[in-house]
Amino acid sequence: MTRKQRRLVLIGGSLGVLAIAVALMLNAFRDSIVFFNSPSDVLENHVGPGTRIRLGGLVKTGSLVRGDSLRIRFEVTDGKSEIPVTYDGVVPDLFREGQGVVAEGELNGSGTFVADTILAKHDATYMPKEVVDALKKSGHWKDEYEQRAALPASGATR
Amino acid sequence: MIAELGHYALMLALGIALIQGTMPIIGTRTNDPLLMNMAPAAALAQFACVALAFLALAECYVASDFSVLNVYENSNTTMPLIYRLTSVWGNHEGSMMLWVSILAFFGALVALFGGNLPLTLRANALAVQAWIAAAFELFILATSNPFLRIANAPFEGRDLNPILQDPGLAFHPPMLYLGYVGFSIAFSFAIAALLEGRIDAAWARWVRPWVLVAWICLTLGIAGGSYWSYYELGWGGFWFWDPVENASLMPWLAGTALLHSAVVMEKREALKVWTILLAILAFSLSLMGTFLVRSGVLTSVHAFATDPRRGVFILAILVVFIGGALSLYAWRAPLLKQGGLFAPISREGALVFNNLFLVTACATVLIGTLYPLALESLNGDKISVGPPFFNSTFGPLFIPLMIAMPFGPLMGWKRGDLLGAAQRLLAAAVLAAVAVAAAFAITRGGPALAPFGVGVAVFVMAGAVTDIVERTMILRLPPRTALMRAVGLPRSAWGTAFAHFGIGVTLLGIVAVTAWGSERIAEVKQGGSLTIAHYRLTFDGILNRAGSNYQDVVGHFTVRRGDELVGVMEPSRRTFPDRDMATTEAALMTRGVSQIYISIGDPNKDGSIPVRLYFKPQVLLIWLGAGFMFFGGALSLSDRRLRIGAPRPAKAKQPKAQAALQPAE
Repeated sequence: MTRKQRRLVLIGGSLGVLAIAVALMLNAFRDSIVFFNSPSDVLENHVGPGTRIRLGGLVKTGSLVRGDSLRIRFEVTDGKSEIPVTYDGVVPDLFREGQGVVAEGELNGSGTFVADTILAKHDATYMPKEVVDALKKSGHWKDEYEQRAALPASGATR
Repeated sequence: MIAELGHYALMLALGIALIQGTMPIIGTRTNDPLLMNMAPAAALAQFACVALAFLALAECYVASDFSVLNVYENSNTTMPLIYRLTSVWGNHEGSMMLWVSILAFFGALVALFGGNLPLTLRANALAVQAWIAAAFELFILATSNPFLRIANAPFEGRDLNPILQDPGLAFHPPMLYLGYVGFSIAFSFAIAALLEGRIDAAWARWVRPWVLVAWICLTLGIAGGSYWSYYELGWGGFWFWDPVENASLMPWLAGTALLHSAVVMEKREALKVWTILLAILAFSLSLMGTFLVRSGVLTSVHAFATDPRRGVFILAILVVFIGGALSLYAWRAPLLKQGGLFAPISREGALVFNNLFLVTACATVLIGTLYPLALESLNGDKISVGPPFFNSTFGPLFIPLMIAMPFGPLMGWKRGDLLGAAQRLLAAAVLAAVAVAAAFAITRGGPALAPFGVGVAVFVMAGAVTDIVERTMILRLPPRTALMRAVGLPRSAWGTAFAHFGIGVTLLGIVAVTAWGSERIAEVKQGGSLTIAHYRLTFDGILNRAGSNYQDVVGHFTVRRGDELVGVMEPSRRTFPDRDMATTEAALMTRGVSQIYISIGDPNKDGSIPVRLYFKPQVLLIWLGAGFMFFGGALSLSDRRLRIGAPRPAKAKQPKAQAALQPAE
């Protein structure tokens, strides 16, 4: 093989692998992207049942009910609208009323959000960025959150 | 007083770094050996200052000096001494101090071991190292100073984040940072080579040990972090494709590629331009990892409340260093002469294959990690890219890499014999086929492709063994001679085999635990029992225990297999009154290389408790494989080729430059 042919093999091979990678990624992007919504977003955009989304906001104070065999119900609020959520399983350590929460799952036919994942957080003062933005958007961002969020980071190191 | 001393030492280090970053470069331009020789002295002085600052901060923690804001926020007198020490880096400011300390430490090592480097290369490399150090020292002093005081010192600190009160914190961040920052050496040498416009095999021989050190530490750091989150977070997962995990995986992938391309450059003087690019990329990805973790731009399980000014500052560092390095590369790389030719089917070809797939896999992780960020800044949509994305892109790219891996070491340099290699791997392939059949026969349930995953893992392991068998000729020569050959084999050959074997072991663990692991989530009353795999767990009741700064609510479980008593498991809920936080302390029982994993929630009023129970088959193989990789890397590092002078290039056109090119250590 000449130098030129060798180079062609190399470049051809690289482009082939890149093409495969791009195809894999486009395919994966179609199937596995999850949009973040606040409760108001869900109601305004008419997110249909069966679409997988992330729902974020605050756990409404006084809404948490523990049912049979590990089922919990609570409402997620952004101050303007609320969406009832059910979840089967053990909630993360930092899940409590009045705290920010991000739940992943889908709406069922009757407008209840069936979560299969509740995202865990490492730090009691941390509020997910999306939740902060959603609260600011609905005008229910309070300064006490700001203060909590402004406490210097007690960061993780990972 | 101690805190002020540390603060002052850090400022002094910044000053020295600025001198170290400018004077030696001027020296290389004016050909002034005096200025060039300032570099090692300055590097050592800078390390002394940074180390003093770090020790001062550690002393503030040990002495519980709550007049220092950072100590007040992250420590407490009731914490055991070990956690008071580790909480030095259990927070943003302190962990940046650790980052800079390790950077200065590596700079000092280059200064100490670089005695036989060419003067200009050493001066340039240490100067680049100093720019990085100066940028981060300025970052600490300007936006995250750990030495700030509080006017009225409180009596008691706020305690360390409970999740971090774990031996994992003592090990994981320092290892990870040794890895991240270790790549800075390869980066500095790459920039120095570009500044000089000249590079050769000796460069690769000199840089490779540093890459190897960084790679070993990063491997251990990632594996340690994975095990930590496995037992600490209580969800029993070993990898979440979380942005911060990806941030550590990307430099690892680029570093692994660099490790392999540097071999080609060292042996055959080929792939020079590519190796330089990889050296730049590996450290750039480390910097980006630091940015992702420290700025909090991505929602992650590791994310914490952060100060936006810090993000902007690190972003500026990122842009300057990555942008600067890549511009320099675009400008100077064409000057570097291309070396040895090789056929596509050859050892070099196999290593190019490896690089191609590793870098492509790294790129998919990068895109998956940054895509949400890009989309949000473009049209405001907030999305998350979860594990399904990575599983369906990273996985398919890794499989050809795994299958090709055993072929590489069996091929000759320049021109390889693919058919010959395939013949020698026949035994390994048969073994893999048997493993696939056995997996189909033994297991029930799980994805249909899983047995093939087992097959690939077995093929990789058997391939690594084949490599050693072929090299020692143990099947053809009498055992005595073969043993002699085994002893005489270069340690780097053993290192390769061990590391490749480890990849197979890890893959086997991942396949087994994801395909055949089982999970139960339930509530149990006292006296009730749960079964999983072959085991029955009986809940005997709840106990209360007090620790130094926490309260445990312990669930007592008895484990039986059939009628035989196996042992007792005690998962707990741990409450930390100082922070008003609770953590889940899972209980693990090891059976062979499999584990039973149990974690509990808060007890209900009627005395029943919510339980998560998992059976994790072969889970320990994941980290055992990382252990093999570490051992292989360490063996390779101890190869005499890297310590004692390899054959000098014959005296030729450039006697002055080449005579001095000797690897140190």
